[in-house]
Amino acid sequence: MTAATPSFQRARRARSVIPGFGLTMGFTLFYLSLIVLIPLAGVFFKSSQLGWDGFWHVVTHPRVLAALKLSFGAALIGALINAVFGTLVAWVFVRYRFFGKRFFDAVIDLPFALPTAVAGIALTALYSGNGWVGQFLEPLGIKVAYTPLGVILACTFIGLPFVVRTVQPVLEEAEKELEEAAASLGANRLQTIVRVILPTILPAILTGFTLAFARAAGEYGSIIFIAGNMPMVSEIAPLLIIIKLEEFDYAGASAVAVAMLGLSLFLLLLINGLQVWSRRRHGQKT
Amino acid sequence: MNIQIRGIHKVFANFPALDGVNLDIESGELIALLGPSGSGKTTLLRTIAGLEFPDEGAILFGGEDIANRPVRERGVGFVFQHYALFKHMTVAENIAFGLDVRKDRPSKEAIRKRVNELLELVQLSGLDKRYPTQLSGGQRQRVALARALAIEPKVLLLDEPFGALDAKVRKDLRRWLRELHDKTGYTTIFVTHDQEEALELADRVVVMNRGRIEQVGNNQQVYEQPATPFVFDFLGSVNILPGEVKNRELRFDGSDDVWDSESQETGLVDIYVRPHDLQIVDSQAPGLDATVTLVQRAGALIRISATLATSGERIELELSHLDTLARSRQPGDAIRVAPITFGLFPRAPHRRPTTLPDVVPNAPAENRERAR
Repeated sequence: MTAATPSFQRARRARSVIPGFGLTMGFTLFYLSLIVLIPLAGVFFKSSQLGWDGFWHVVTHPRVLAALKLSFGAALIGALINAVFGTLVAWVFVRYRFFGKRFFDAVIDLPFALPTAVAGIALTALYSGNGWVGQFLEPLGIKVAYTPLGVILACTFIGLPFVVRTVQPVLEEAEKELEEAAASLGANRLQTIVRVILPTILPAILTGFTLAFARAAGEYGSIIFIAGNMPMVSEIAPLLIIIKLEEFDYAGASAVAVAMLGLSLFLLLLINGLQVWSRRRHGQKT
Repeated sequence: MNIQIRGIHKVFANFPALDGVNLDIESGELIALLGPSGSGKTTLLRTIAGLEFPDEGAILFGGEDIANRPVRERGVGFVFQHYALFKHMTVAENIAFGLDVRKDRPSKEAIRKRVNELLELVQLSGLDKRYPTQLSGGQRQRVALARALAIEPKVLLLDEPFGALDAKVRKDLRRWLRELHDKTGYTTIFVTHDQEEALELADRVVVMNRGRIEQVGNNQQVYEQPATPFVFDFLGSVNILPGEVKNRELRFDGSDDVWDSESQETGLVDIYVRPHDLQIVDSQAPGLDATVTLVQRAGALIRISATLATSGERIELELSHLDTLARSRQPGDAIRVAPITFGLFPRAPHRRPTTLPDVVPNAPAENRERAR
């Protein structure tokens, strides 16, 4: 009787307006395990068949290293480009009215909706040596299709909506009064943007950057068409995994996958830390 | 810095926000722009600041026309209703911002000294490392004020500075702002829709309606001698009764008694009487017969609603609870009512000037800051 009292009280204290913490938490954990953790664990399990030496041998192979470098490097560059120009696009959409704004606003989402293969083929057709755009770049000595540049291009293409769509609502909510306050205090346009507006939307830009990077790092469909897939030059890691699978080298494929996973996780944690830092500068609780 | 405003016109999408505004403000004055929403008071303030530009007219700061200069070059301190503090900066960084962006930036030490002075002035010493989100509404508004004062503005402009605050905090800040003004002597213009705030705080009140200035005067003038029916109605509640002026004598419609009138004009008039300027009189004294319909006791006040016997017009009275003739009235009682003072205006074709509430009294919770 006496022993039962504390637990009874605890149950009472935990009661909140929104019921079902136990149920929803349980479901969340189960769901995440089923959808995310178990398949990923499978990858680790499969690659563990190689043993540490075998794993190390696979992932330090020059061809694998080059592919990883290209995948992550191009994704990072693409995300950086998007962070800059996606922010600019969001700014224009929020701040200005112009003819066809709704149309262009819808166009932003196309990279989301388009089958990636279609996007890849379209980009390839445009940028190859005899394509609409490529024919003008070729004489200048700029080759886009079938080079790492093409990979960056595809990464930029698929990542754009992430930045625009995360920055847009934050910019919309940013009070115009902040700019007016800065101006009344004597700040010029550049000072207002750099010291007032950018810090306000920086967390959103970082989020968009992260999403664009994560998406581009794992992108397959749109890249393989434009990349040309030359080993050591324009071959991306996801493609390498496919190649290994086709050679029935399942353990090797999962080893590359594990390397990708680890790198992604490391980079995402790093960006997350950046976000926490930038939010803390706002004096917000994290 | 004295300010002259000459013939300002401003149209927003066919809506005349300012329609020929003229105003003189003396150096060191504390001025209230008072009016309902859409009266143009905020537009006028923003035009003075340089956040809006007039279509026509001149704004002179100390004799120099600055109507086309951007806000950056005007040297005005602007305080926003919702503070507009930079959330990613500490209190000290916020206050220092105006000094920090200057071309001839003062030394770090000088800025720090000035920030500390201002923090002391707004009574927030020790909170310099806090972020705006860690402050109460009243504190935030004081930071905003300190930030505006940091640039030593020629004029201090406040847009509904207490609009987002609790009634209690609002009252304290109001008194505090008055003291601050007396101490620093900045020419100050603030916008409000709250007549009590305007009357209590300002040296002079500018009553605005539909983009025009209805009356400028000190608080006694605008309250006791309203120039227009609108001012009469906007500054407190009012009974409007029909009457007629003949040979300097005023007669209420349906009454045989006459009152002296200063009005030279003859004809039909609307008689404006405030509820507390009505009294209950003996049945033999000059007055209007009425029947009590409702009695409310509010503290030291007795509010009586009654209908006039002659016209059926509804009137409101506010009487002291010490008034022997007012006490223990019941609905249904017959009373005789006489005005102590009143205002006369030519009868308007449609009677009651409509005043809109500027801000809904029960504004959504997110717009009202609760001070801790």
